[in-house]
Amino acid sequence: MSIEAYFARHAQTFIGSLGRIARHPAEALLTMAVIGIGIALPLCLHLALQNAHELSGGWASAYDLSVYLDKGASLTRAQAIGRELQARGDVASIRVISAAQALAEFRDYSGFGPALDALGDNPLPNSLVVTPAVAASTHEGTVSLRNAIAAIADVETVQVDTDWVRRLNGILDVVRRIALLTGALLGVGVMLIVGNTIRLDILNRRAEIEVMKLVGASNGFARRPFLYSGTWYGLGGAILALGLVGVGQAILAHPVEQLAALYGSKFTLRGLDLATSASVLGVGALLGWLGSWFAASQHIRAINPS
Amino acid sequence: MIRFDQVTKRYPSGREALSGISFAVERGEMVFLTGHSGAGKSSILKLIALLERPTRGQVLVGGRNTNSIRPRGIPQFRRELGVVFQDHKLLHDRPVADNVALPLIIAGVPRREIDRRVRAALDQVGLLGKERSRPLELSTGEQQRVGIARAVIAKPPLLIADEPTGNLDPQLALEIMQLFRRFNDVGVTVVVATHDVHLIEIVGGRRITLGDGRVASADPPPAAAAAPAPAPETLT
Repeated sequence: MSIEAYFARHAQTFIGSLGRIARHPAEALLTMAVIGIGIALPLCLHLALQNAHELSGGWASAYDLSVYLDKGASLTRAQAIGRELQARGDVASIRVISAAQALAEFRDYSGFGPALDALGDNPLPNSLVVTPAVAASTHEGTVSLRNAIAAIADVETVQVDTDWVRRLNGILDVVRRIALLTGALLGVGVMLIVGNTIRLDILNRRAEIEVMKLVGASNGFARRPFLYSGTWYGLGGAILALGLVGVGQAILAHPVEQLAALYGSKFTLRGLDLATSASVLGVGALLGWLGSWFAASQHIRAINPS
Repeated sequence: MIRFDQVTKRYPSGREALSGISFAVERGEMVFLTGHSGAGKSSILKLIALLERPTRGQVLVGGRNTNSIRPRGIPQFRRELGVVFQDHKLLHDRPVADNVALPLIIAGVPRREIDRRVRAALDQVGLLGKERSRPLELSTGEQQRVGIARAVIAKPPLLIADEPTGNLDPQLALEIMQLFRRFNDVGVTVVVATHDVHLIEIVGGRRITLGDGRVASADPPPAAAAAPAPAPETLT
């Protein structure tokens, strides 16, 4: 067989299988819808994770260190320590907060104004807020930075609370695993759905397959149109899944933005990028092909003309 | 071309369709298998087309022992064989042209050549102009001729037919038989199973009569027709 004839034959089967799907649009659409939902679920989880990751990435201030000086250390001393720290490579920025400033802020936020007036003396020390460099914005990085700062003279305490960030990342890791598991399970599900549709397809066209085998068709030849059908099912399902995710994103985008605005954030929901969309289509087609391959190989071999 | 050596075929039901049968068909012959229904005609054709395997004995087709052909090799084997069925076995959702073209499509023949050969094959069976018809729009006789066109389009050296005239009136049946005769005239070995003894007498050809899974009587093979020859059963 010439290469040209080989490709012509494939192209013919490829288009032919599409035509057959078009003749039974309801059944095909039903199969694609089930596949689409099967793909959309893990895809949504993936997107939610990506957005959560981006959101937590915006909380670099979670790693900020609060440095409280001895009560006796002057504001000048605080500024000197600030300059010293600023020179370090793992420090991004320094803010010096004078005792008076801190008291004023506390008065504003707490509503304890009169009680504070009764104290007479300012009980708050001078302090600094240290923001670590991006590279040091990890649990380990902040711990070593804290130890370094604690060793400086006149520093009373260094406060850092990264536990909740670690917990959040832990939760995200668990959810990521769940997304992977869900994806794998639903992937198998998609293959089974395609396989079952192809199996019914084969049973419906049993007589045709028998005739083909009678005149010398190999199992591979008889299988080919079903492989293309399966690929179409998978691809159609993937397109539906992208549509579903797109609709979901459109519905959620506005409320999420409003919610973010309430927290003073400019966060916007991120959708699927081109590369992810393309790989969703690829994975859908691949799953369809695999599902139909398993079903068709098994059931076509079992059909023997008599 | 075909040789059966002590072939026994027993079906899973326990019925023995062929009991140690031996006979041979030479290249270029036209042979009729006759006998009452259940005599083993269909079983012989199924063994030739590898639709069934012998329980015992050997079937040689074109010099090849079919026992040595693995399942993987069956498609290629069938491409060198034309088969005509009593019930035509056409694809009803495809036009006539596609039905006839099927063996060539399977063999990977280029599209342009397929179109040309489909027209030639339909011309041979007198159905030129019916390319776009659906099989069910045709009469039974015409459907049978579509089946014959499909069987011969790949130019197989051997053509076998199982009761090809079973459902046809005498006139149409004769036309079909004469069609087989014409293919035989151009060198194709033809084996036809039929119970219609009258037709055989009109068309002419060697007759092998079966009874109870054995050869009941047989005309002498053509090469041996002039000289005395051993009975086909001993031709091993």
